[in-house]
Amino acid sequence: MADNMETIYLCIVLFPLLGSIIAGLFGRYIGRSGAHWVTIIGVGVSSILSLIAYKYIVFDNGDIYNGTVYQWLVSGGISLEIGFLIDRLSVTMMVVVSFVSWMIHIYTIGYMHDDPGYQRFFSYISLFTFAMLMLVMSNNFMQLFFGWEGVGLVSYLLIGFWFKRESAIFASLKAFLANRIGDFGFILGIAAVLMYFNTLDYWEIFNSAPSLADEKVMLIGGYEWSLMSVICICLFIGAMGKSAQFPLHVWLPDSMEGPTPISALIHAATMVTAGIFMVARMSPLFEYSEAALNLVLVIGAITAFFMGLLGLVQNDIKRVIAYSTLSQLGYMTVALGASAYAAAIFHLVTHAFFKALLFLAAGAVIIVLHHEQDMRKMGGLYKYMPITWFTCLIGALALIGFPGTSGFFSKDAIIEAVHASTLPAAGFAYGAVLACVLITALYTFRLFFLVFHGKERMDNETWSHLHEAPAVVWGPLAVLALPSLIIGAFLVGPLLFGDYFGPAIYVLHDHNVLAEIGHEYHGVFGFILHAFLQPPVYLALAGVFFAWLLYIRLPDLPEKIASKLKPVHQVLLNKYGFDDFNQFVFAGGARLFGRALWQIGDVKLIDGLVVNGSALSVRWFSGVIRQIQSGYLYHYAFAMILALLLLIFIFVHY
Amino acid sequence: MPTELPILSLLIWGPILGGIWVLYAGDRQVLTIKYLAFGVSLITFVLSILLYTDFDSTTYRMQFIEFAPWIDAFSINYHLGVDGISVPLIILTTFTTLLIILAGWEVIDYRLSQYMAAFLILEGLMNGVFAAQDAILFYVFWEAMLIPMFLIIGIWGGPNRIYATIKFFLYTFLGSVFMLVALLYLYSEANSFNILELHDLPLGATAQTLIFIAFLLAFAVKIPMWPVHTWLPDAHVEAPTGGSVILAAIMLKMGGYGFLRFSLPIVPDASLLLDKFMIALSLIAIVYIGFVALVQQDMKKLIAYSSISHMGFVTLGLFVGFSIYAATGSGSGSQMAMEGAIMQMISHGFISGALFLCVGVMYDRIHSRQISDYGGVVNTMPHFAAFMMLFVMANSGLPGTSGFVGEFLVILSSYQASFWIAFLAASILILGAAYNLWLYKRVIFGDVANEKVQGLQDINNREFLIMSLLAIAVLLFGLWPAPLFEIMGPTIEHLVSHVLQSKVI
Repeated sequence: MADNMETIYLCIVLFPLLGSIIAGLFGRYIGRSGAHWVTIIGVGVSSILSLIAYKYIVFDNGDIYNGTVYQWLVSGGISLEIGFLIDRLSVTMMVVVSFVSWMIHIYTIGYMHDDPGYQRFFSYISLFTFAMLMLVMSNNFMQLFFGWEGVGLVSYLLIGFWFKRESAIFASLKAFLANRIGDFGFILGIAAVLMYFNTLDYWEIFNSAPSLADEKVMLIGGYEWSLMSVICICLFIGAMGKSAQFPLHVWLPDSMEGPTPISALIHAATMVTAGIFMVARMSPLFEYSEAALNLVLVIGAITAFFMGLLGLVQNDIKRVIAYSTLSQLGYMTVALGASAYAAAIFHLVTHAFFKALLFLAAGAVIIVLHHEQDMRKMGGLYKYMPITWFTCLIGALALIGFPGTSGFFSKDAIIEAVHASTLPAAGFAYGAVLACVLITALYTFRLFFLVFHGKERMDNETWSHLHEAPAVVWGPLAVLALPSLIIGAFLVGPLLFGDYFGPAIYVLHDHNVLAEIGHEYHGVFGFILHAFLQPPVYLALAGVFFAWLLYIRLPDLPEKIASKLKPVHQVLLNKYGFDDFNQFVFAGGARLFGRALWQIGDVKLIDGLVVNGSALSVRWFSGVIRQIQSGYLYHYAFAMILALLLLIFIFVHY
Repeated sequence: MPTELPILSLLIWGPILGGIWVLYAGDRQVLTIKYLAFGVSLITFVLSILLYTDFDSTTYRMQFIEFAPWIDAFSINYHLGVDGISVPLIILTTFTTLLIILAGWEVIDYRLSQYMAAFLILEGLMNGVFAAQDAILFYVFWEAMLIPMFLIIGIWGGPNRIYATIKFFLYTFLGSVFMLVALLYLYSEANSFNILELHDLPLGATAQTLIFIAFLLAFAVKIPMWPVHTWLPDAHVEAPTGGSVILAAIMLKMGGYGFLRFSLPIVPDASLLLDKFMIALSLIAIVYIGFVALVQQDMKKLIAYSSISHMGFVTLGLFVGFSIYAATGSGSGSQMAMEGAIMQMISHGFISGALFLCVGVMYDRIHSRQISDYGGVVNTMPHFAAFMMLFVMANSGLPGTSGFVGEFLVILSSYQASFWIAFLAASILILGAAYNLWLYKRVIFGDVANEKVQGLQDINNREFLIMSLLAIAVLLFGLWPAPLFEIMGPTIEHLVSHVLQSKVI
């Protein structure tokens, strides 16, 4: 078995790549169905092989694989390689990525049915799957960065998929640049790792991390920094870009300009969790930096709470879910900061399923309503779309953490973990995530009620065509609904409190909050019962109640509240002014600065003064000299006599 | 040596004689001269591949050596040879020339034979620069190269071509004159023009500094470094597409080659003394020029400025090694920086060449280089848009393309010298993405902007072939740069150990 595994791992990444290349380069020849078949089979093979790998590593306790595929280059004695590290962490991610991607490939057949860029779309999402798998399966920083930027590229291409729309191509550029700001930090982190560890290989780095834990470096003046803090903060800046954490979150809501399947796949389930995965992977480094962990906690808490609030005022169905994604990513980040890496990955997994489900359900609604995304023009859809309604309900319940659903276990674990953490920032984070439970329930059920219940507010034309979504659309919904509902109960025990991840995740004894919670863990039902003694469940239920009150019982009330709290409402509508600020200060400032350097530095000073200036002075000088060459013989004779006298004078006297 | 052919001489004189033949054939039989020029450049390219296959990558010593006395009185010799630095650059030259001949196929309708001949002769001279082991021979090729380039811009250039050619010529010529003076001084000390012997010549500190400055003037103009860069945007804007490609892909690399072959090994102590100055100029080029590129309205100017910014990485990689050595006490980081710089030179050859060709493809159709005249090109030229996406991404240093490798290595190694050097250098991640993708957004994406864009024809088979060859090169060196590093490894390792030793008398 172990010998074959290497081939299997290779096939897991190569099949989606192959599918992407065929669909992308030969899309014209194989046609639309050819393109979706070849990519669906590619990703399908990859999913099944991932499951085999999962069984081998997790159930059969197979050997962890850490090997090189090929050598990228050797420079200055440092070997950079493409290679895989397959342990329990990566294999879990592989299953989630390939499986969700597979469902979304199938769903796309229905969603993109009429789109002229059909083949291109399939090529892109398969390419994305390849890049994401390379990212999670990497055994070194170089390949991590490869996958990291690779998914960023596909995200850019897909957000701007409808390239005729100005808003879409603006959003794609914005997404790429925000990610590049993150990558800027990330690459500095990698450079620091290389300098001090002299390798980019994970295992070698993790093994020597303890010996460098107390290393200090100088950055500004004589002030000493802990090396680990510098490395971890730099790496975390990368995670902030990719996982859309405050203040680099600005690109994610705009990314909803892309087609819905990729909002589900890339901007909810997989790519945006790459940052979370990366920090969990780097736990052997982050554990040695309290400063970085505190920063992670604070950033995560800010993102969770403030982005959740924005979800309350959005009317675009996809944007509500997008802000919810930001907020949930904040939860995961908070878990990382509290050293509850396993809880972060747990929430990542459950969130991947229920958020993909919610996005796909929203997509189903959107296509049935002929690409209408405004919730004010929806309502009462439960009668027409019962399957979508039901699966969406499951997703919503999982999102708010309703006891028993998958999201309940993961979110509750995070809240408990933050509660148990002893870091200075933990108190603030605990308050933020607790308050956010109420907000989450409120915006989730606001969406649910506005879309599926209440008055039917669509126009007559649309109304007369209402129907359930086609089978290729609701099929994946049903498939995703099942794990959204039950996966939490199955995973909570082993994943959080068993030694599920083994050596893949490293936690210092003092930070081990999950072990602390684990003392009180007595099975799934005990966990649920225990939750009823804690505030989150009641906050969530209160949120649902308020949503019902505001959007079903008293539908006029939200307007009134909004006008009463006009300043607050306005701030929320403006998304705290981040977009305007960035647009004005960074985009405008950079252009102004560039123009100044160009016009003043290059054109005026260098070219005007020095280059053309020297040419002009030559011309002036030669103009003066020219006067002497008059052509009159007596001028020249006079000059000769003068010179002769001068020379005689000099010879006589010196 | 496995082969007895005088490959280097063939690489130099083959294209030159071929060019003269094309010139002689004249414009009467257009098709004949096209195929003739293509044949010559193809054979030259194939011959240059022999340099790679027969290259012994276990030694730093010169290979394929040819030697014949030329002017005995001054011990000037016809002395050729290549090492791990020259070979990739020669192959890049022959590859690029091949593409340019193809690119000029239908586009040039005025004095075609002279156009083709100019490029073939230029190819031979450039190969000569990279292969010369005698300083005077080097200087002759170096200066001779200016003539065909001068003609290319001056005859087939744009409306303001005279200003641009004169500026180009004077700028570069002024720099080279100082180099000649330095070479003559070195001859008076060493009694030899053999470059390798000059490497081992002990020199006093003051002499070294003066020689360094003389070389700097020549090479900094060529690369170009800030602040002697302003000839480049003008030359690019006025040059025909082929001229821009050869200028960006090969000629700029001459400066980097000069630093590697002359400044660093001949005057290492002066290089050490002035390394902070060089680093500062490089960082200014990366950041300052990055901002300037952002606001350009002319596509060629934008790419020209982007070239200057990317060349900042070359000079940074070449000169940051001293600080790395001072900080870490080992030469391995310096080697990485230097190899990153060379990788950047090679990669930039492909990418900038490809981007200038892209602009050329659009210019041939609409006759405008202004960004504002375009918009929504993807609607009418989807294949072209796909290629340009790849090249633009490569220019932003996306991993998986060759543009990433050099930048990555230079940033990684310069961190070892100082966090802040790496910090400023890494700003190219943001700036590069900004100017490249903003350009792409305005030109390619969006709805069809005007009737001219509506009437665009997608690339034909010939253009498709050129773009594909470049795309393959960009991806190959991005996904598997190992062969290149194998070739230059021993050479650079030896160079680094040589440069880090003082040779002050």
